[in-house]
Order: sequence, then structure tokens, then C-alpha cells
Amino acid sequence: MSARNEARLWLAQRATAALLAPCVLVHLATLVFAVRAGLSAQAILERTHGSLAWGVFYSAFVLAAALHGAIGLRTVAAEWLGWRGAGADAASAFAGLALALLGLRAVAAVVL
Amino acid sequence: MRPARNHPGWWAFIVHRLSGVGLALFLPAHFLVLGLALGGAAALDEFLRWSERPLVKAAEWGLVMLLAAHFAGGVRILALEFLPWREWHKALAAVAAAFALAAGLVFALAR
Repeated sequence: MSARNEARLWLAQRATAALLAPCVLVHLATLVFAVRAGLSAQAILERTHGSLAWGVFYSAFVLAAALHGAIGLRTVAAEWLGWRGAGADAASAFAGLALALLGLRAVAAVVL
Repeated sequence: MRPARNHPGWWAFIVHRLSGVGLALFLPAHFLVLGLALGGAAALDEFLRWSERPLVKAAEWGLVMLLAAHFAGGVRILALEFLPWREWHKALAAVAAAFALAAGLVFALAR
């Protein structure tokens, strides 16, 4: 990968981190609130079903996490396994795509 | 352990890498469980009842710690890279660890 594209990935990793940080704080607060109220499908779905706000929030959270996770896994593969090049790029892109699709499916399951 | 590795910055780096990989491995399972709601609330409830087991609860707590640690470590990196150098940068690893522990404690008490 060219140095320019490596720099783009570095920047994308920081940009997604900046977006994920407030999302994680909201998620941690929601977790504590949800477990205190007693975890049940009804309680979860009552909060999320038909909610445009939660739909937009979780979709952005999922897409940012998928991109962040893919870039992070690519970095770890290079650093710790010495796995670089087109194969590692393709595998991390596949991981990101799988995370995005599974995540959006989960968002649809609780929001729609 | 080699002395060069036994310092807060190195530990912060290791925790950030390991928590990141842990979260990436956990996320597909998390998404699949939430996707159970596609089959109706009963399917999701069945899983939630299973998750009441003590070992599963302990694993849940571990996941919350991973998320809190990765969050705090990530904010530390952003501060180191994007903010001008300050003396308090040295304390950031301790602040990150304290945040993760506090989040874990709050979750454990709530659960």
C-alpha cells in the first residue's frame, strides 16, 4: 500500500476513534441503566423499537466500529504476526465488511 | 521482563492492543445475539435468561472492562498525538486505568 494510503488509514483510525469515544460513553451509560432496570428483551426493544434517534446512533456506532476494527486488526496482523500486503489488506477489509453487515442487521433487529 | 518494557506507556500499549483484538472477536457474537430479536422477543429473552449464569455474568463484566480500557487507552493516544505536550501527559496512563476500573466497578455494582 502506498504511503499516502497508509496515512489515510492512520487518519481514518483517529477520526473513527473520535466518533467512537462519545458513542462508547453513551453505550456504557446505557448498559448500566439497562442492567439496573433488569435485562429483558421487552425492556430493550421498548427503548429501541421505532426510534429514529437510536437507529441513527447505533448505525453510526456500528459503521465506525467496523472501520476502526478492520484498520486495527490490520495493524495488529502486521505488528504481531508480520502479516502484510494484499492478503492482509483483503482479510482486514473482509473483517470490516462482515462487522458492518452483522452490526447493521443487529441494529435492524432492535430498531425496526 | 526487560526493564525497557516495564513502564506505564508499554503496558498501556499492550492493554490497548489486547482489548482491541478482544473486542473485535466479541463483536460478531454480540451482533448475532442482538439479531435474535429478528425472530421475536422470546428468542432474545431465552439468551438473556442464559446470561444470568454467574460465569456468563463474569464474562460480561470482563467485556465491559475491555470496552472501558480500550476507550480510555484510545483517548490517551488521541491526547498524546493531537494535544500539545503537557506534564499531565505522563499521568494519562494512570487516568486511563482508573477510568476502566471505575467503569468495571459501576457495572459490577449495577449488575
